[in-house]
Amino acid sequence: MEHKDSPQGDLESTLKQSARQLVDSLEKGNFGEAVQLIHELNKARDRGLYQEVGKLTRELHNAIVNFQIDPRVPHATEVSQITDATERLNYVVTMTENAANKTMDLVEQSAPLINELNDEAHSLSADWGRFMRREMSADGFRELAKRVEAFLARSERDSAKLSGHMNDILLAQDFQDLTGQVIKRVTQLVTEVESNLLKLVLMASSVDQIAGIEHNHELLRAEQEQQKMPSSGEGPQIHADKRDDVASNQDDVDDLLSSLGF
Amino acid sequence: MKILIVDDFSTMRRIIKNLLRDLGFTNTAEADDGTTALPMLQSGSFDFLVTDWNMPGMTGIDLLRAVRADERLKTLPVLMVTAEAKRDQIIEAAQAGVNGYVVKPFTAQVLKEKIEKIFERVNG
Repeated sequence: MEHKDSPQGDLESTLKQSARQLVDSLEKGNFGEAVQLIHELNKARDRGLYQEVGKLTRELHNAIVNFQIDPRVPHATEVSQITDATERLNYVVTMTENAANKTMDLVEQSAPLINELNDEAHSLSADWGRFMRREMSADGFRELAKRVEAFLARSERDSAKLSGHMNDILLAQDFQDLTGQVIKRVTQLVTEVESNLLKLVLMASSVDQIAGIEHNHELLRAEQEQQKMPSSGEGPQIHADKRDDVASNQDDVDDLLSSLGF
Repeated sequence: MKILIVDDFSTMRRIIKNLLRDLGFTNTAEADDGTTALPMLQSGSFDFLVTDWNMPGMTGIDLLRAVRADERLKTLPVLMVTAEAKRDQIIEAAQAGVNGYVVKPFTAQVLKEKIEKIFERVNG
């Protein structure tokens, strides 16, 4: 049975066996033997503990090797995977910021072109209406013809420029592909780290069991809760639509505020 | 109408600045957190404050409380534009005296509505 192989299993069976012997010895009045048994029990418990601590140390070492951190040189020039992941995420921040700025630059350059074209078209069509209603002199018409000619040339030039800006805006979205790949790799690393940490926690818990250490989880959690600053902000909520304590959109916010008398 | 935009991300400040300009508000200034915003508010004659919540240094909610506690600033209309969407937080902001609350991501239309509503109430 696998259970028997585990140190807890060993300890358990030794414990049970010795306990019976202990009771026997005590009932027989054989105190020397009883003390000897207690001593052996202690030894068995210590052995289990050493074994578990040994395993824990080994796992810890493996985890460190997996993260590629050199324990002798914490600030080694060779980057650990965590440092590498941090750099990758910084790269995502830079890429997205650059793309956002580039897009906004182009929009800010395009907006006045469109406004000017619109204003000129508006003014020309008013004058065109006067011409159609024969309310315009020959001189006025010559002036209008010149403006129409200039407007056509300008439309051609500006629409080419606008179309160029549109293309550049499209190209500025190429970050999505690169940042997507980077984020996927970092997510993978986080999952690996989590499962390694979980292994360590499991090992540590068997040490706790043998050593008879108990943690007050509720107290620990309460302490952590207290450390969370309530007003420091949490950032965007994921799965907001599935949670009751989170407003999932502006309508929710408006409803809540109006229920408060806003 | 002079407006102060407070957000730690320059891109978000730029988006809000552009949207405000489209709404006809061209006189804007920017700050990247509450610590830099508060002295600007105290020395400049701002008519309106648009602030994010989650910022390093001084957060938006603390800035709001500081504004409400300042004798000369306490009536300044404040619009919060933030990704913070927990009900408790929205209630906290309302209790601290916010005039409007917009959750990110938002549309130009929502921003316009909230700003108009705030001024209706301030002027009315």
